[in-house]
Amino acid sequence: MSNADYNPACLPDLLPLYYRRLFPFSQYYRWLSYGGVSKNYFQNREFSFTLKDDIYVRYQSFSTQNELEKEMQKMVPYKIDIGAVYSHRPSQHNAVKSGTFQALEKELVFDIDMTDYDDVRRCCSAADICSKCWTLMTIAILILDRALREDFGFHHLLWVYSGRRGVHCWVCDDAARKLSVAARSAVAEYLSLIKGGEDTVRKVVLSDPIHPFIKCSLSVVERYFPQYAIVEQDILGSKESVDKVLALLPEDILSSPVVAHIKKDLTSFCQKQKNPMERWEELCTLVEHKRSSSKKGGQYFDKEIMLQYCYPRLDVNVSKGVNHLLKSPFSVHPKTGRISVPIDLKELDTFDPFEVPTISLICEELEKLRTDEVEDEDMKDKENEQDAGERRRIRDYKRTSLAKYVKVFDNFLEAMARSRKGEMLKKSDLQADF
Amino acid sequence: MMNDQARFVWNVSSLAGFTLRKRQAAIVFKVIAMQFPGRRKKIGSSQNDLYDHCLQFYGQPPLDNISLAEFETLAVERLKLLKTVENLGVSYVKTTDQYMKKLETELSSLNFPLRTELGELKVQGGTSEYEKRRKDHISHFILRLAYCQTEDLRRWFIQQEMDLFRYRFNYLSSKHKTDFLHKNNLKYETVSAEEKKSLKDKLISSSYGLSGITLEEYDFYKVPFQDALDLVRTRKVYLLAGNAYIPNNEIVTIVLNDFRTRLSKALAMTARSLPAVQSDERLQPLLSHLSHAYVGQDYSLQKNIGKISLEQIDSLSSKSFPLCMRHVHKALRENHHLRHGGRMQYGLFLKGIGLTLQQALQFWRSEFVKGKVDADQFDKAYAYSVRHMFGKEGKRIDYTPYSCMKVILSNPPSQGDYHGCPFRHSDPELLKQKLQSYKISPSGINQVLELVKGMHYQLACQKYFELTHSVEDAGFSLNHPNQYFTESQKLLGGGRDIKKEVEMSQRSQENPSNMSRPSQESSKQAHEEMGDLDSFFQDE
Repeated sequence: MSNADYNPACLPDLLPLYYRRLFPFSQYYRWLSYGGVSKNYFQNREFSFTLKDDIYVRYQSFSTQNELEKEMQKMVPYKIDIGAVYSHRPSQHNAVKSGTFQALEKELVFDIDMTDYDDVRRCCSAADICSKCWTLMTIAILILDRALREDFGFHHLLWVYSGRRGVHCWVCDDAARKLSVAARSAVAEYLSLIKGGEDTVRKVVLSDPIHPFIKCSLSVVERYFPQYAIVEQDILGSKESVDKVLALLPEDILSSPVVAHIKKDLTSFCQKQKNPMERWEELCTLVEHKRSSSKKGGQYFDKEIMLQYCYPRLDVNVSKGVNHLLKSPFSVHPKTGRISVPIDLKELDTFDPFEVPTISLICEELEKLRTDEVEDEDMKDKENEQDAGERRRIRDYKRTSLAKYVKVFDNFLEAMARSRKGEMLKKSDLQADF
Repeated sequence: MMNDQARFVWNVSSLAGFTLRKRQAAIVFKVIAMQFPGRRKKIGSSQNDLYDHCLQFYGQPPLDNISLAEFETLAVERLKLLKTVENLGVSYVKTTDQYMKKLETELSSLNFPLRTELGELKVQGGTSEYEKRRKDHISHFILRLAYCQTEDLRRWFIQQEMDLFRYRFNYLSSKHKTDFLHKNNLKYETVSAEEKKSLKDKLISSSYGLSGITLEEYDFYKVPFQDALDLVRTRKVYLLAGNAYIPNNEIVTIVLNDFRTRLSKALAMTARSLPAVQSDERLQPLLSHLSHAYVGQDYSLQKNIGKISLEQIDSLSSKSFPLCMRHVHKALRENHHLRHGGRMQYGLFLKGIGLTLQQALQFWRSEFVKGKVDADQFDKAYAYSVRHMFGKEGKRIDYTPYSCMKVILSNPPSQGDYHGCPFRHSDPELLKQKLQSYKISPSGINQVLELVKGMHYQLACQKYFELTHSVEDAGFSLNHPNQYFTESQKLLGGGRDIKKEVEMSQRSQENPSNMSRPSQESSKQAHEEMGDLDSFFQDE
């Protein structure tokens, strides 16, 4: 039932309904205004739209929530991206003296894409995902969320499902929005452990001392590794996949004659022992045994393997740029029809991307409530059409599967509002003593 | 961006009816600094406050009147210091003892501050610590004027000032480091002993080289992570709640970042105010010369005029020319032509090794005539520029033989050019082939290529010297093609004249223990340098 059949061809019909009745404009506006602390913060924000037939327009900006709504309802974008807050209104950037139109602030963002894990997942590849490999996203969220909060001191993180094969993180703290390019790239690199592309086989190298960040991340990985990698991904399930794992051993082991022994011993063990966990134990024992003589390096080979199979892979380029455009929460993914919804971290382990409502589903749910609606319309206050529209919209999404995700968003906004209030009180306290 | 409102203006006041005899100069130069929000210096506070620490961030410009003569001297001496910093940075790894020792020597011999206590007894006949600090302060600001104008100049200046600052900061004791931080508004909190204890394991496993013992000894500072990006990026520091926990000995990295940011902003502001300074005709040539100055043996005063015959040049090119000149000479012989860049680089070099004007004219003419140019055309088009190089036409100021830095950094060669530094500008594969054709051993070639990969072009050339002369150690720090030639000739058994030149350029490197000689030589050099600057004023 939660997967009403979605057909991209329906978008032209569904989108107008979505933007008229379901898209949470007031929360959206509330988010991007950040309490109105900075003047023109919303007005100077860049949006980009992808319209029908792949027409892409940048430098869209809006003066009010109302204008945003009207324009989106008029243009009916298939995709919406959010960019930076600029020095001037993006829609007027051509009128500004060249060189003075600049990106000033933007949330710190991260994009975790499942295709970046293709070399280590056996269940799917490319744009496909399944419940087995979704664990990778869970691990990524846990590790990054902890680090961004505990190590970097950020408080206001919004995790969003991208609609198809990944998750995004929007770090919305004041300090995060003001970060320079260098700072963003430094944060992203601090969080990166997987180094190397196609040409690199062994992508994780650990050496003493192990940084506390790595220790914390390892504890998350170690929790999930057995069930996820050994059992579900079955990385020791075939000769081919075993070879792939062994290829990650450190150079001096791989090049020494012991590796042949390890392979032989492991192969015969696997023929006898089908239990994948036992196989993993055996692998570690064998390697450790042969390795301890050399003592030089590679003492963390097992941890390196675990990290290579599980640790989050982020694209530094997405996080680096102040003017980088990223898919907006609550936009629709044209290929899957799914709404980019916020993820509730309290329910992370039960989050199922396949349960996320599609636009077809919520429009269908809306249609079913039609009869109720006709009565309410009669009570509409003609002079206050916007308010009435909003009230209706609030009633509307609340009756669809979108409701719980908007609630997550509301909680997020509440927390930010409380924090802003706290800041203002602090400031006025400081000023109050004279 | 609060400091955008700060304006920094150097104001030059000239006294009416004043003539330009700079050494008898009356005061010509006044500096006025306008508002620095939050850093306003109290009027009437004693100068001693400003110089109570041997190190500074150069936040406040000097409020002195100085003579034009002192203006020059200070500028030239600081420039020498920075050039030495640059050379030492290329020749040695910056943390080694050798580097530190040599830099210490240079600082002392040029009378820049090093000691931490003010008011120490004057060294016999030397300058007081207070005067050294004042010199440090003023000379820095003067060089800002000269080095703010282009991106390249700014980058160079910031790099050397940072290296100098790093050295001097590391020289400070722990207590003085903390003092410095507090005096300069880097109010980073220190971590309490209890917190250190509770975080003990985490701190040890995040900072390199820490043990339980050093943890107790060292102060740790809580620095916002945005101020410690290099350490964050490489995960070399413990992070908690947005703060990096930096041990005392690493705080220099943080401070350096701050230093770089401040200096970069200041230079940008200075550049905007520069037109006011440039309107004074006396200062502009001086500043321009400073930014192009090579401070050292400049080979403009030929000492071996006429000792080289034209017939020797071919053999000299393979024996004693640095690779750049050997390369350009060969191109000239093969193509019977060189473009302007090549003519300048090579022509001035030849002047520096002792060719007379007549010889030079003959050399170039004979070669060009073999090509597409006939004798008349040569006289019309090319002879003028040869004479120009020898100072027989127009101003001669810029036409001293190019130093390595100049060859490497300016005017990169394009298609059809043969000038430049082969170690910098040649494709490594082509460079390798060329070295092979010169019968250099494969292992030698590899060493050279390694240095090239590390961007140590002058060291690569030095290695080339060692390989072609079959010596272990060149015995000098290469920074000028003519120096290469001189050293080569010396090694191969040249005359006594050449030896004397070599001694002069080796003064600070060969005789660190003999303090009086270097200071004599350096003041002599400064004198020569000022001699050049003299000509600016004479021409007007």
